[in-house]
Amino acid sequence: MTDDPLEAKMVNLGVVGAGTMGAGVADLAARSGHTVVLVDVDADALTRAVASIRKECRMSRLLTGVAVDADQVLGRITVADDLAALKASDLVVENVPERWPLKLQVYEALDRLCAPDTVFVANTSAFPITRIGAATSRPDRVIGVHFMNPAPLKSAAELIPGRRTSAETVAQVRAFLDSLGTRGIDVRDACGFVSNRVLMLTVNEAAFVVHDGVADAETVDDVFRSCFGHPMGPLETADLIGLDTVLYSLEVLLEHFGDPKFRPCPLLRALTDAGYHGRKTGQGFHRYDSQGHVHRAGGAPGGETA
Amino acid sequence: MTTGDLRSDLRAFILDRFPQADFRDDENIFELGFINSLFSVELVMFVEATLGVEVPNDDLTLENFESITSILALVARLRGVEPAMR
Repeated sequence: MTDDPLEAKMVNLGVVGAGTMGAGVADLAARSGHTVVLVDVDADALTRAVASIRKECRMSRLLTGVAVDADQVLGRITVADDLAALKASDLVVENVPERWPLKLQVYEALDRLCAPDTVFVANTSAFPITRIGAATSRPDRVIGVHFMNPAPLKSAAELIPGRRTSAETVAQVRAFLDSLGTRGIDVRDACGFVSNRVLMLTVNEAAFVVHDGVADAETVDDVFRSCFGHPMGPLETADLIGLDTVLYSLEVLLEHFGDPKFRPCPLLRALTDAGYHGRKTGQGFHRYDSQGHVHRAGGAPGGETA
Repeated sequence: MTTGDLRSDLRAFILDRFPQADFRDDENIFELGFINSLFSVELVMFVEATLGVEVPNDDLTLENFESITSILALVARLRGVEPAMR
């Protein structure tokens, strides 16, 4: 580590999972000069991730005023379909779907493949970091960072040490976040942390409002946009996150706290079962065309096509 | 597609997303107060999909997409140099 806080230490970063979050983290890290290996078992997911990173880089000047060279960024990213490609990583950010058996499988493999001093960063929105740490032989080197979507445009993330995470790991990961221009906001380890524990309940209750016929999805979002001045309503936010992810997160919160207030709304389950996962599938509470333009839900609850 | 078609398509596209918008062609839509810069990405995608061209990276600026007039000017310029484009 360097003494000069301005001289960021470049790391060999491993990113597991090339979905929306994994692609965003790989993009952000590569923009900041780090070398990235992005791993996913699904080759199509890797192809989509590369296309999405290219698009995000192209649009950077519009959104941030700073131009980003997509070729340079992608030049720092290698893709692979095998976790063995992460052997030389200093730090691995895990972004696999929020299913415990899957997480467990990935952490056991990483623990076996990576050097003993490699730090594992769980980019989870729900699972307690202590529980993840305990699944490895290095709980002192396991920490949570809950990145927000889209990662390259968000200035902060929740930083969550588990019970056994060492102070050195916290310092190392905080320095890494600083190098990305992402401020780590310290939060204690608990299921859902702050952001998701509160947000998922809000989204779920908004879904219940639609389910009960109190208001349609557009009206619910209109109340939050127009009355509270939020840039997006809770159901648009749910569509952006992905309704499958929202459902899994609620299930994890329900299981962990055993509190029925987290029971998922049946409408959320029905939309997920129907394959209406939100923006990424073209339909959720609202409908989206192939360019991702929103066509807000009109009359029918849940954005069902009339 | 004529310039007139594109002008009305652009207006329809913006109004579909922001039905409350009331603006002149030369007015900066991002200064209306309720359209944030994220929408500029949707405008770029719309223009590229409608015209079947890729806007060169150097032209991906907020100024080029801030009004219907500026988008039409960009498109006219791109059409002028079309043979050089991919």
